[in-house]
Amino acid sequence: MTHLFSNIALTTETLFALVASLLVALALVSVFTARHLIRRLLALNILSSAVFLLLVLIARTADGTDPVPHALVLTGIVVSVSTTAVVLALYLRRYRMKPPC
Amino acid sequence: MLAVDLLLALAALATAGQCLLLPGLFRAVANLMAFGLVMALIWVRLEAPDVALAEAAIGAGITGALLLTALGQLPASRRSIQPTRDRPLRQLIPITALVLLMAGVLWATVLALPKPGLVEEVAAVLPESGAEHAVTAILLNLRGIDTLLEIAVMLCAVAAIWSLQQAIPPPALGDHYPGLPTLARWLHPLFLLMFSYFLWQGAHAPGGAFPAGAVLGAGGVLLLLTGSIAWMHQRDFNLLLRWLLTAGLLLFLANALGGLLMTGTLYGLPPQLAGYFIMAIEVATALSIALMLMAFYLFGRPGAQR
Repeated sequence: MTHLFSNIALTTETLFALVASLLVALALVSVFTARHLIRRLLALNILSSAVFLLLVLIARTADGTDPVPHALVLTGIVVSVSTTAVVLALYLRRYRMKPPC
Repeated sequence: MLAVDLLLALAALATAGQCLLLPGLFRAVANLMAFGLVMALIWVRLEAPDVALAEAAIGAGITGALLLTALGQLPASRRSIQPTRDRPLRQLIPITALVLLMAGVLWATVLALPKPGLVEEVAAVLPESGAEHAVTAILLNLRGIDTLLEIAVMLCAVAAIWSLQQAIPPPALGDHYPGLPTLARWLHPLFLLMFSYFLWQGAHAPGGAFPAGAVLGAGGVLLLLTGSIAWMHQRDFNLLLRWLLTAGLLLFLANALGGLLMTGTLYGLPPQLAGYFIMAIEVATALSIALMLMAFYLFGRPGAQR
């Protein structure tokens, strides 16, 4: 494990890769351990942002910026806001039922 | 520049940590919005301006508005995260160790990944795609099927939300904050200007349908918040609203079928006409993204209450 990290210089890529890894781990643990459902939804949003960060980092290749992951991330942002909206509507529905369930 | 990177990294970790770990639902949502803004700055730093524009409008703006409105609808007992007894220390240590272990493994894996990239392949077909900006060309022509399916996903989300319940009536904020409707009305021309600018710019520079639709959607949510778009809630306009919501997807499908008729492959746009196709799809996609983001904000089927 130590020799794996020994030749890592602190550059923009390695720094943001570390941030994205920490965010993925933190959000993933929160998704499974949070008590409040809305908190889980927030964790899911942060998880998707972290995955987008990893994708954009992979797009920075030696011969320039690869535009394909950027397009994927743009699509992903819109899909993740759709997911958030559906989950919130389901959650509200739970409390507007009479009697609430 | 590394100092800026370090500051951004710390800000992202701090806002995400506060969002996930501290008690208080309102604080968590406010921190998520701040996290979205920090992410937008990180996208600028990583030379992804298209993503930055969309994240600033959607991640920080619309997601926050959706969450805050939903919180306002909850009964007061569910609004706060119940302060269950503090986690014992013996539970905290394994969780921290797990987070660090997962992060370390993921970090090592990401750094060891090969980065093949499709830079040259995209550059080779860019002149025939009808757009000068690579991201727009991929979104609307080279990988247009992805965008088509994404619009379909959004439409399915609207259908799912509308089938659950009736729309939340618009809050009468104007009575409490008399300046707000006026402010929203004054700001709206600015949103329209940004929308047109992003759309026009999309063919040759960062911008295009996604940021434009997100900005217009954010402006529309502001107008909905002040109750300025009464027609969306009226029964008479329900059919029109449904047609407008599906218009983007229908035009996209027509384009894909037109490509099939002209070149023999689904969504294969002929190179000499691709510019016009892309312009039509871009306008339709942006408008339908904006309208669907506003439709999310209703949290239900409008026009049924009477």
